[in-house]
Amino acid sequence: MTYAAPGAPPAAWVEPPVVRDNPVAALRRLANRIGTLCWVELRKIRHDRTELYTRAIQPALWLLIYGEVFTRIHAIPTPQGIPYLDYLAPGILAQSALFIAIFYGIQIIWERDAGVLTKLMVTPTPRSALITGKAFAAGVRSLTQGVVVVIIAAILGVSFTTSPLKLIGAAIVLVLGTAFFSCLSMSIAGVALARDRLMGIGQAITMPLFFSSSALYPIAVMPGWLQAISKVNPLTYEVEALRGLLIGIPTTLWLDTLVLAGSTLASITCASLLLPRLANR
Amino acid sequence: MTAGATEMTPEETVTHAVRCTDLSYIFGTNTAVDHVDLSIEPGEMFGLLGPNGAGKTTTIRMLTTLLKPATGKVTVFGIDAAAHPMRVRRVIGYVPQMLSADANLTGVENVELFARLFDVPRKSRKERVTAALDAMGLTEAATRLAGTYSGGMIRRLELAQALINAPRLLVLDEPTVGLDPIARGNVWEYIAKLRTEHDMTVLMTTHYMDEADAYCDRVSLMHRGRIRTTGRPADLRAGLGDGATLDDVFRHYTGDTLDNAPEEGGIRDVRRARRTARRLG
Repeated sequence: MTYAAPGAPPAAWVEPPVVRDNPVAALRRLANRIGTLCWVELRKIRHDRTELYTRAIQPALWLLIYGEVFTRIHAIPTPQGIPYLDYLAPGILAQSALFIAIFYGIQIIWERDAGVLTKLMVTPTPRSALITGKAFAAGVRSLTQGVVVVIIAAILGVSFTTSPLKLIGAAIVLVLGTAFFSCLSMSIAGVALARDRLMGIGQAITMPLFFSSSALYPIAVMPGWLQAISKVNPLTYEVEALRGLLIGIPTTLWLDTLVLAGSTLASITCASLLLPRLANR
Repeated sequence: MTAGATEMTPEETVTHAVRCTDLSYIFGTNTAVDHVDLSIEPGEMFGLLGPNGAGKTTTIRMLTTLLKPATGKVTVFGIDAAAHPMRVRRVIGYVPQMLSADANLTGVENVELFARLFDVPRKSRKERVTAALDAMGLTEAATRLAGTYSGGMIRRLELAQALINAPRLLVLDEPTVGLDPIARGNVWEYIAKLRTEHDMTVLMTTHYMDEADAYCDRVSLMHRGRIRTTGRPADLRAGLGDGATLDDVFRHYTGDTLDNAPEEGGIRDVRRARRTARRLG
């Protein structure tokens, strides 16, 4: 035998911490679980950065080809006449976060298939804390991706704000948006239950979500029916908030944030309720 | 005082590590667990034996708070699993049937994740993670990604994860399934070691009768959702006369052989096994 003999466990081992069920303890536990799952996500990004690069290609193309061409032909009216590329950049930022989030449910299905999910659910982590943790972990991934997109856009000449407060605000908006769409994805996972099906559904809804938001063009130029859809699409509020914070285009920031926070809360609830359905298959 | 003791009702002193009374679970029309009564004493190595679909995993899932019983209840050191899932989760360590470490994290990170999820204080986290990996003979491989581990190493990594919480009850669902004979023997030695040195109660399921015979203090034979008999392996064999094996005992009580996979519930297990097979390539 090659193993080292385990000594007697330290005295502290024998006593699991007594954790009482009160709101403060529950909040601390929630914060701990969010922190833990974000930490896991950061470790994974560190171990394998290929995704960070491959996922940078699409937004780069959108900015470089679509953005440059439409800036030149002046086909899309922009508020205050700012260059179209500046108008587009926050939309592409939101898009790259959307792509990460909408397929995030695949990870939880993979974890179910691999038995990891069961193990996580047997730790003292309530379902809602697990889902919230994962939602914010997806946010962390979007954020690292977002930095790459912002750098590309800045190289192409987009003038972003330099106010640290506004940048932090934009980061919060991006995390909230990703949290919402990743919970949407995890909810779909709870219904679809299989990876291939989730892939199909994800692909089917990504583009409609994107094109029915204000990511590429102002709501004002849309036909009436599309305007209506756009106004119930959380991606619109994410894009508007990012534009307001990063480029300085006027928006009702409190409304954007409120809609995002509200939809995130609703989707966390939905995904948490569907989690046992996924786990117990 | 331990967390478990705090929650104990005065009349229910720790005479049982696990107690199932009239426990049932129904999947659709299939009664997976059928009015099971079962007691496991503290410090015991207890085996729940039976073919695929016998109801072993479903029983474990109720015990580990993943499923709520249809009838009856299961208590772990006096704590009702359905009523106080968070408290039960703090006293158990669980290793599911599938080899389920996160391939994209290192050995250390895999264990640290569980240390965080079990609220191991930051001060002692590193020390405990190191000790757990050390105890499972994974010190050298600790900083490698778990994706590079062999099946036997992943199982030991999972034991290290389950151990981090210093559980009073270790629950192992088919701990050696899918491992080669050498890795199986090796895993058993580690389990035996853990049990004697940490004074843990161990509940495990298996369909390898030889392993149950060699390592379990007592076993219950389960078939089609019911417990058919319970006792020390030697006593059960002796009851049938000279030269009888546990396989013979099983056939005697069920009129069935282990190879004769029953309908219904078996399909679920087979599907899971296939999923694992696909994942491991």
